[in-house]
Amino acid sequence: MDKTTLDIWVGLFVAIGIAALMGLAMKVGNLTSNTLGETYLVTANYENIGGLKPRAPVKSSGVVVGRVDNIKFDTKVYQAVVSLKIDKRYPFPKDTFANIYTSGLLGEQYISLEAGGDDNFLKEGDRISKTQDAVVLEKLISQFLYNKASEEPKK
Amino acid sequence: MNPILKFLSNLGSQVTSRIWRLGAATRLFLLTLIYSGESFRRIHLTIREIYFTGVMSLIIIVVSAFFVGMVLGLQGYYTLQKYGSSESIGVLVALALLRELGPVVTALLFAGRAGTAITAEIGLMKATEQLSAMEMMAVSPIARIIGPRFWAGVISMPILASIFSMVGIMGGYLVAVPIIGVDHGAFWSQMNVNVDFRFDVVNGLIKSFVFGIACTIIALYEGYDAPPTAEGVSRATTRTVVTSSLTILGLDFILTSFMIAH
Repeated sequence: MDKTTLDIWVGLFVAIGIAALMGLAMKVGNLTSNTLGETYLVTANYENIGGLKPRAPVKSSGVVVGRVDNIKFDTKVYQAVVSLKIDKRYPFPKDTFANIYTSGLLGEQYISLEAGGDDNFLKEGDRISKTQDAVVLEKLISQFLYNKASEEPKK
Repeated sequence: MNPILKFLSNLGSQVTSRIWRLGAATRLFLLTLIYSGESFRRIHLTIREIYFTGVMSLIIIVVSAFFVGMVLGLQGYYTLQKYGSSESIGVLVALALLRELGPVVTALLFAGRAGTAITAEIGLMKATEQLSAMEMMAVSPIARIIGPRFWAGVISMPILASIFSMVGIMGGYLVAVPIIGVDHGAFWSQMNVNVDFRFDVVNGLIKSFVFGIACTIIALYEGYDAPPTAEGVSRATTRTVVTSSLTILGLDFILTSFMIAH
């Protein structure tokens, strides 16, 4: 086969490969939507984080504003310390609530930020003090059963 | 001889010959890397081999990817709709293809389509003493014959695997959205949220790169090592397919366990 025809075919092959990879990165993967710009790191303490995992989304009003960076256990207070990376474009007041919720009935867990009314904003390294733990289904059910059982004799 | 001793000596010779072959293949691999500067100096040889191994494998890759994607779409929908989450079909198809089926099926098809051709070609070159003739002329057959084929395989495999995944996802889309009637937006947005570029796309590429190295070096070694007879070449070709397939599946498990444990 002629050398130029060969080159054209190989060039086409490589171009299709790169196009497929770009398609996978942009259309299928989350390369475009996942990238946070500059971020600031804040921490939050929880008694119980349930099934929260690193890289879980941090949402406010349902919009992804950051990601969970890492989760550690602090033996001084026996609490979980969760570090959150939040996009610099979204400043939050100091008295923001950071609650752990579950998306859907069986979905993944995420942190929801609910802005407070403080005039000062969270800075790099700050700690969010107002937190609410993940809901543990077993606790909820046992509480419900306990309440039911205590109601019983009144009948 | 005592039957137990006979069994032991059989086992021993089997094991030593396997290890010897593994060592010889590793030596060929290292020699190929050492001589690759010399093979890259004649880049058109590598381009020619990319044409024969990569471009000529496109049709089988695209057709099988399309069908694999369509079957995934059908099977996935059938199972997911029992749990009322048929919108997740896009995630299922994309993750299955990117993480496993793309790299593995591409490598298996590549071993059958291109690996056998490489083994038969080199085995026949050896049988007709073309390789010895090259050595006589002080042309290294490793730089001239092995190197270009090796690099062509290593370059082609990730490209083919990306094409496989993309075409497979299109096949899954075709079944899920126009035929079954899953929502178009949910299909893509669910996929977009749950597929991570670093952990799914790049890991799949790393896998196919490793499979590319393994597949081509096995095919090259089997051809280079084949007894210079018609029977020897035919046996070497068979061994290429068997060894490559088993190596790919074994390596896949090892790579996956490393990637998941990160």
